Amino acid sequence: MFDLDLWREIFQSINMNRTRSLLSGFTVAFAILLFTILFGLGNGLLNTFAEGFVDDANNSIGIWSGETTKAYKGLQSGRRIQFTNEEYDFLKEEYGDKIEFITSRVLKNANVSFRGEKNSYPFRAIHPDNFHIEQNKIKEGRYINQNDIINKTKIAVIGRLVEEDLFLKTKALGKYININGLQYKVVGIFTDNGGDNEERMVYIPLSTAQQVYGNNDYIDFMYLTYNPEMDSDEALAFGNSIRKKLMNKFTVDPTDQRAIRIDNMAEGTKAVSAIKFAIAFLVLIIGFGTLIAGIVGVSNIMIFIVKERTKEIGIRKALGAQPKSIVSIILIESILITILAGFAGLIIGMGVLEYAAPSLEKYFIKDPSVSLSTVIGATITLIAAGAIAGYLPAKKASRIKPIIALRDE
Amino acid sequence: MLKISNLHKSYPIGDSSLHVLKGIDLSVESGEMVAIMGSSGSGKSTLLNIIGMLDEADSGDYVLDEVPIKDLTEKKAAIYRNKFLGFIFQSFNLINYKDALENVALPLYYQGLKRKERQEKGKFHLEKVGLLEWAHHLPSELSGGQKQRVAIARALASNPKLLLADEPTGALDTQTSHEIMEFIQQLNDEGKTILMVTHEEDIASMCKRIVRLKDGIIIEDAFVNQVRASEYV
Repeated sequence: MFDLDLWREIFQSINMNRTRSLLSGFTVAFAILLFTILFGLGNGLLNTFAEGFVDDANNSIGIWSGETTKAYKGLQSGRRIQFTNEEYDFLKEEYGDKIEFITSRVLKNANVSFRGEKNSYPFRAIHPDNFHIEQNKIKEGRYINQNDIINKTKIAVIGRLVEEDLFLKTKALGKYININGLQYKVVGIFTDNGGDNEERMVYIPLSTAQQVYGNNDYIDFMYLTYNPEMDSDEALAFGNSIRKKLMNKFTVDPTDQRAIRIDNMAEGTKAVSAIKFAIAFLVLIIGFGTLIAGIVGVSNIMIFIVKERTKEIGIRKALGAQPKSIVSIILIESILITILAGFAGLIIGMGVLEYAAPSLEKYFIKDPSVSLSTVIGATITLIAAGAIAGYLPAKKASRIKPIIALRDE
Repeated sequence: MLKISNLHKSYPIGDSSLHVLKGIDLSVESGEMVAIMGSSGSGKSTLLNIIGMLDEADSGDYVLDEVPIKDLTEKKAAIYRNKFLGFIFQSFNLINYKDALENVALPLYYQGLKRKERQEKGKFHLEKVGLLEWAHHLPSELSGGQKQRVAIARALASNPKLLLADEPTGALDTQTSHEIMEFIQQLNDEGKTILMVTHEEDIASMCKRIVRLKDGIIIEDAFVNQVRASEYV
């Protein structure tokens, strides 16, 4: 129920005691200011963490093969496990939707030359999905596509720094480069956020490499991303399942650590989310601590206000004010002060974050900010805080006996 | 109108207790103007407070306008005070941040009247005490006599059956006291029942009946020839 007269009474009371209202609001404003800044800084820290993992997709799983270290089912230890296209097909078939992107890789070192310039680069022969898993970006031209795989074309996509090294100031796109003695046409130049090493890299189609280097269907490494809807526990289980199935396929002792290895980003993600949780928890504890201090502050001042207004409350009671009317005056005044002050703190806090953001980046704090949901959460918290702060004083006020209040000269 | 029988009240003081009212019997008819007199500590203010439902008696009966006043909840007491009683205090007890009109209209707010109606009634009563042009002045801008007149207007606003005055002239000079008393007498002439605590003989003599208290009992209760305050003004 909206009672205009009640609000008029409250605004009159706040307005008549501006200093007092301001002072009582100050603690809350300060608490919310601290909370906002802390929260923003915490968020900034998390953003920095998130950025630390941007090289590849953060839902990727790498699969390596090695040599067996245990004899199993009549097979000797020291046996070399070699992946082929069969394993690639097997994974796609077996897991379907659970795999978002997948690429096989043949890894070699390549002596690459263009005219007089010459250098040695790692190269990767890949499937087109590699683009998404590595989070490459095309700077010029195109990436390797399915046609290249089918036709075994002799094309290459080179990193930004390869172009810089070999082509100096000229354009690489459309030119032919020599890789280990064979001519490949440069069809694209890519960039990668993973650092210089990732941009000193040459990609060619997998099928081309398999034909040129040994005419087989060998694969050195498989790299995939799991369906992003999986949480980190599901993803860990998924990785283990892949490993188990492959070990079974190659008849490897299930306890053999070396034969097939899995590098699951979910492990890192799990660690990161633990750190995120720790930071959020810390911010929450400190934030709530300051908020509670603010509530106690408002509550104290409201108790003082009730004391100061004892006589007035006595007069009102003598004139026929019912206890609930006294309670609402005190409670709503408290809530109002808390909300107004709280929002002042929130806005100042957001302003401070906005202003200080650029200079904080060197302290591992990136884009510190608070979200809309935080603001809504804060509003609800503030209303609750004001109610808590006002409850005891309001109760005290409603119990004032008019006779004692009026005697109180 | 008002009937009190065998009323007792004591206040705890440390471990012992102070017996303030020791069996009061009093009845007041409609239209009376009664002064309750006594030295300080005689229990006269306590009696008025109990009549005003600001305080509760320990034992005894109190019937106001045929309604027994007993075991009231806070809410009930508030409603009765608002409906039956108008208070006039020695120290005026105006709310200092509200102007004269707002003070007068406050009991009407607790009656649940609409703002417009409150303003109208408030103005009517301010006019009655001759302070309409002071409606938007704060109490701090008024003289003592004006303040008391605002307080009287406030007491009248809810149209109570009984006016209770606790030393209404205690804080005023003689001249102003007589003006206030003249006004209170006029209200009585119009039919209002008035109960007044005072320790001044000349003020008491302006009432129609004087009840004297001593050590918590009534020692004298007599009708007197009313002295009109207008004779002094």
